[in-house]
Parts: sequence; structure tokens; C-alpha cells
Amino acid sequence: MAYTEQEVLAGLAEIVAEETGLAVETVTADKSFVDDLDIDSLSIMTIVTHAEDKFEVTIPDEAAKDFNTVGDAVNFIVGAQG
Amino acid sequence: MATLKQAAGSQFSRIYGFGAYRGENVVTNDDIAGPIDSSDEWIRQRTGIITRRRADADLSVIDLAVNAAQDVLNTTGIAASDIGAVILSTVTYFHQTPAAAAIVAERIGANPAAAYDISAACAGYTYGIAQADAFVRAGTAKYVLVIGAEKMSDFIDPTDRSISFLLGDGAGAAIVGPSDTPGIGKTVWGADGTKAGSIYQTHSWQEMGANPELGFPTLRQDGPSVFKWASFKMGPVALEAIDAAGLTPQDIDVFVPHQANMRIIDQLIKQIKLPEHVVVGRDIADTGNTSAASIPLAAHRLLAEGTAKSGDVCLQIGFGAGLAYAAQVIVLP
Repeated sequence: MAYTEQEVLAGLAEIVAEETGLAVETVTADKSFVDDLDIDSLSIMTIVTHAEDKFEVTIPDEAAKDFNTVGDAVNFIVGAQG
Repeated sequence: MATLKQAAGSQFSRIYGFGAYRGENVVTNDDIAGPIDSSDEWIRQRTGIITRRRADADLSVIDLAVNAAQDVLNTTGIAASDIGAVILSTVTYFHQTPAAAAIVAERIGANPAAAYDISAACAGYTYGIAQADAFVRAGTAKYVLVIGAEKMSDFIDPTDRSISFLLGDGAGAAIVGPSDTPGIGKTVWGADGTKAGSIYQTHSWQEMGANPELGFPTLRQDGPSVFKWASFKMGPVALEAIDAAGLTPQDIDVFVPHQANMRIIDQLIKQIKLPEHVVVGRDIADTGNTSAASIPLAAHRLLAEGTAKSGDVCLQIGFGAGLAYAAQVIVLP
């Protein structure tokens, strides 16, 4: 069963909160990983790995490196679902 | 028809001791931050490195290897003449041939031991232990000297933000020999050439010869990709090595991963679910990433400082360019 955009955002926010200690509600689609949430490229890779497991998708490294906002990651995951 | 005789060695093997050599010069983050427009805080946060050790300019990687080899010979009391093979893992010896190991063997008095180099980068030491274990148990050699030696400072670009700032110089050595009890678990190893571009040399010697303006080649890495691979693909490899040794993570006393990045070490601990009691090698904080030398240097330090003790069960895992990896559980000497 495919996850909806809202479900992916909520799940991703939980993963980000777990990795960073940020409050879940601060992780919104418009937030930049680096500039707004202060998440570096290594932590993005950790978040991406957990998201792959949770949503059962493959996120290539090159795609992950292009994620600017949380919404970019949500859109990729939604599109990558079978 | 004649029947040939096949060699048989010891039923079990173990590591007899470690030797260590670190570069003489302490290089701080502030010393190297300028050309990469970075800071002490950024480097510590990204890598856990506070200082790295680098060797004097007039020392070669062979000098480093000889120092570590002599240290392990002194520590164990094993005569150099009893060494049957010398395996040297290095990616910073700039001769195609002859092997640095043959020169090291001669300099420490181990002639005419078999001697050769292996190229498995940061996995090289654990590759070497796998070979040494097999030689001892097959009867190919009684004692095998395994050395990881790297003068990484010969191979760096001070303006490179990908890997150079991590790197240190050092050599670590171990002697593997026969044992009455199991001392080296099965090695779980492999390589993934689809990721050969993740850690690489900027250009080949041939390309430099054709175009001298390229200058001496240096190293680069795709840091985030390597981090993801090392942090999340090496956990299952480590667990397989623990299982192959007939153990569970609860049985591990000491964890000595390749000293690539403190954040990889921390993530691996989570992935393997190592219990709180496990002593972890964190030599990277002030030695830096010394590639093939990092595991024996970290293990040597834990024993020297008394944090780990003889008889402890130690999980070690090397991983790096190739991408190549090898893990095994050992009993500390």
C-alpha cells in the first residue's frame, strides 16, 4: 500500500526528530535540511537510510544529495513507491 | 601413481601481539583548516578528529612499517628469523615493484620470509589477518607478520575538503601464529567494485606522465556516500562475523573498527547493537585516519592504556576504497 504525501511527511518528520532531537512539529515540508534544520550531509544520509527502510523505497545517493527541503525528500519518496 | 604430501598447520591461530608507530608531529585542526575554509569546530563535529599525527618528511612508509614491526617483535619476543611471511598493506608506497614488504623483511632480519604487499586500503589490515590466519592453519607459515603502514601525508591535497583533512601517518603490526585454542574467527569479507569511484586517486601515474601539469595525484572521496555505506552496510557484515565465530553481540568485549570517522563508529555501534560494556577503539580522535594502520594502532592503544585486556573478545572490521571490507572476531593478545 502506497503512503500518502501526508503520511510520508509525518513519518519523515519522526525520523528527523529521532536523528536530530528537533521537535517533530518543526519539521515541515518547506524547511531546508541544511539552512533551517542545521542537518549536515552525513545526518541526511542517516535520515535517508531510515526512510528507505520505513517506506520500502530506494533513494540513490545522488538523489539524496539533491534534497534541499524536507518537501524534496517527501516528493521523491512518494514518487519512488511502487 | 605417487601421492603427494600436503602441509597441515596448527588447528587454531591467534594474534601474539601488536606493534605501533605514529607520526611524530601532532597536527591540529587549526593547522589545516585555512586552505579548506573550515574550522576546528566543524572538523570535530563532522569527524571527531581533534588532532592527527603525521610523520617527518624524510621518513618513508617503509620506515614507518619497520618501526611498527620492530615494536611487535620486541613485544612478543618472537625472533625475526622465525617469521615465515610478511604481509604489508599500504596504498602509499609509490613503487609498482618490488614490494615494500620485501625491503621491510630484510630490514627487520626476517629474510628470507615470503614478503608481499596487498592493496585493500582501509580494509587491508583485516585482509592481512585473514591471510595470516589461513597460512598458519594451512602450515604455509608458522608466524606471519601483518603490517598496515601508511604515510597518507604524501598523498593529500591541503585544499581538498573531502578526505585529506582526516588523514594521518602511522603503522600498526601484528604477529599471527599457532594456538592451542581458537583465536581468530572466520573472516567475513568482500568488495563492491560498483562503488570504486567512491574513494579514488585523482589521476593515474600514466596520466601524470603524459601531462606533468596534473602534478602528483592525491585522494578524494564522496564523503556522504561512503558514510552511508560504511555506517549501514558494515553493520550486517560485522554481525555475520560475530555469528560465524559462534558468538552474539553480548559476547563482544572490545570493538575496534577502522578509524575513519567517529560518526561512523557511533552509527556502527547502534547498527550492531553492541552492549554498553563494550570498549570501543576511538584512536581517531588524536591519530586521525591512518587507513590500513588504524585498527592495529587502536587495538595496541587499548591494551597499552589498560582499557582492554589480554583474553578479551574483540570484533574488528576494516572498510574502505574498493570498496573493500573484512571483519573478524579475535582474542586480544
